[in-house]
Amino acid sequence: MYTHLETAESPETLRRVVIDPVTRVEGHGKVTLLLDEENHVRQARLHIVEFRGFERFIQGRPYWELPVLVQRLCGICPVSHHLAAAKAIDQLVGVDQLTPTADKLRRLLHFGQMLQSHALHFFHLSSPDLLFGFASEAARRNIVAVLEAYPETGLKGVRLRKFGQEVIRMICGKRVHGTGAIAGGMNKALSREERDYLLQDVDQIIAWSGDAVSLARDLYLSDREQHDRFAYIRSSFMGLIRPDGALEFYHGGLRAKDERGQIIFDHLDYRQYTDYLHEQVKPWSYMKFPYIVSLGPERGWYRVGPLARINNCEFIPTPLAETARQAFAGYGAGNPVHGSLAFHWARMIEVLHAAEAIRELLLDADIMGTDLVTRGEKRYEGIGVIEAPRGTLFHHYCVNDEDIVTRANLIVSTTSNNTAMNESIRQVAATYLDGQTVTEGLLNHLEVAIRAYDPCLSCATHALGQMPLELELLDAEERVISRIQRGVTA
Amino acid sequence: MTEKLTVATTSLAGCFGCHMSFLDMDERLLELMTIARFDRSPLTDIKHCSERVDIGLVEGGLCNAENVHTLREFRRHCNILVAVGACAINGGLPALRNHIPLEECLREAYLDGIGVEQPGIPNDPELPLLLDQVHPIHEVVVVDYFLPGCPPSADVFWKFLTDLAAGREPSLPSPMLHYD
Ligand code: SF4
Repeated sequence: MYTHLETAESPETLRRVVIDPVTRVEGHGKVTLLLDEENHVRQARLHIVEFRGFERFIQGRPYWELPVLVQRLCGICPVSHHLAAAKAIDQLVGVDQLTPTADKLRRLLHFGQMLQSHALHFFHLSSPDLLFGFASEAARRNIVAVLEAYPETGLKGVRLRKFGQEVIRMICGKRVHGTGAIAGGMNKALSREERDYLLQDVDQIIAWSGDAVSLARDLYLSDREQHDRFAYIRSSFMGLIRPDGALEFYHGGLRAKDERGQIIFDHLDYRQYTDYLHEQVKPWSYMKFPYIVSLGPERGWYRVGPLARINNCEFIPTPLAETARQAFAGYGAGNPVHGSLAFHWARMIEVLHAAEAIRELLLDADIMGTDLVTRGEKRYEGIGVIEAPRGTLFHHYCVNDEDIVTRANLIVSTTSNNTAMNESIRQVAATYLDGQTVTEGLLNHLEVAIRAYDPCLSCATHALGQMPLELELLDAEERVISRIQRGVTA
Repeated sequence: MTEKLTVATTSLAGCFGCHMSFLDMDERLLELMTIARFDRSPLTDIKHCSERVDIGLVEGGLCNAENVHTLREFRRHCNILVAVGACAINGGLPALRNHIPLEECLREAYLDGIGVEQPGIPNDPELPLLLDQVHPIHEVVVVDYFLPGCPPSADVFWKFLTDLAAGREPSLPSPMLHYD
């Protein structure tokens, strides 16, 4: 543990180094380091610097707006928010079981999203670090340079993402922020033309997904020692799991394992999540710090997302991805894999699973069915949980007699990785930067550690703070259009 | 064209969906690279604008002091400044908080929220001051073009940028104008 680097004593005597903004991640974050005279790192923090206030401003809206409103928290994984909200509002209309067609359409949509989001993260955002080196020239660390230097790889990444986006478009009408899920089901059937359009490319996509797994694995193994050691932290892992122990993205119980792979809890009904998970507030970040209640805030933090899911499951229910998982599990030799960079490898295994599962669903007799909506008895509370690309996502809503939202709580995936990301940058700071002259390349090492988690920082922005400042907002002609008072009272 | 257009992008109080839609140009990104070059953008590791940038694309409205600072930097460096998407143009979804006092949002998230331990309001000097309301960007700087949509489609980005690159006044045919 590197917790001692969370808060320095007498920070005013230390030199501040900042990475602002953290780039090639979704959303707004910055990293600050405090160094002493000999360049020893005394403090390292990832701050989430934005606020939405969603849980409050959603109150007073009719529940049926939720799936389309909440997806606008995040343009990279809008479908995850769309579906988590839809699962919650299913309960508000008394539905626990969708029609087979609606259930499969939602799963298809979700696999499309998993594919596009993971491809985006690996190829468009992270691959420059892995292909060119963590300390390579900053001007080259982007997808354009990858497309120039490795056109075949870059283009496969672009096309994998495109296919995932097209799956979404066929179901929701547009690629980003469409409409599809409604309370109790789906609003549109999949036509034969739409299905055939996707089927024509799916085998190619599966093949490319297999290549992506090989690439991620080979990159990891190309420098095993360094990659094992880089941002190495030990943690518990949490995520949804299917009743038979299979990898599951859409619906299941909650499973948590400790750092040795021993079960902490298993197959929990996620509607009881408040008994098992609490969130700690720290003054220096808008993102909260969740932990498993039984272990307490010090030891109860955990990781979510691809690494957690692949470590936690017993098998993957599609053949190629299962073979890839076995190789991954073999690397861990019976123990969970802890190195943060292994996230990339696990993520590509999930891409392969998504591609295989999309093919299966497209060939399923139910997928073009037209029985789309179910209804039941009104309820006042709904809790929807899903495995988003970045990990377990919780949406929790209460409504009144008029179907107006009165209470909302979200735990977004990235929030669950908050402690882990901070621990990872503290590890990297202590291992690589301590006592060194800080260079741009060394600073990028910190970002590489953060990127491994594929954080979605705008998802994670929930609330706002109090600042010892005053501010006037002036328009282009220097007229005051807003004046902010000194902080707000709590 | 001899010189490539330089294009900078930033995300203020937005969801990144406009950036995703930009990437939805898919294979056309390769063609775009022949006429344009990225400057500052969350998609690159260039963290501040070069002295002169041809086109600055801004996603998101203004919710905190840092957004204002970034927007002003953009305006200073970009010859053409573009408000991209509903959030930049009118505040979008984040502006739904405008009719609620800040304190109430705060309370909900950090004091009274479900499962919150050690309640308290983040107040570190590293966190930018929040504006009491979310503002569209044209209230603070002069904006040259507005691309509507939530997000604008990839075709809109393509049409707009290729028009500019060819020296034409950009225009969007009506099928490309949509506001959802
Ligand atoms: S306009 Fe829509 S897509 Fe763009 S940032 Fe705002 S919410 Fe996201």
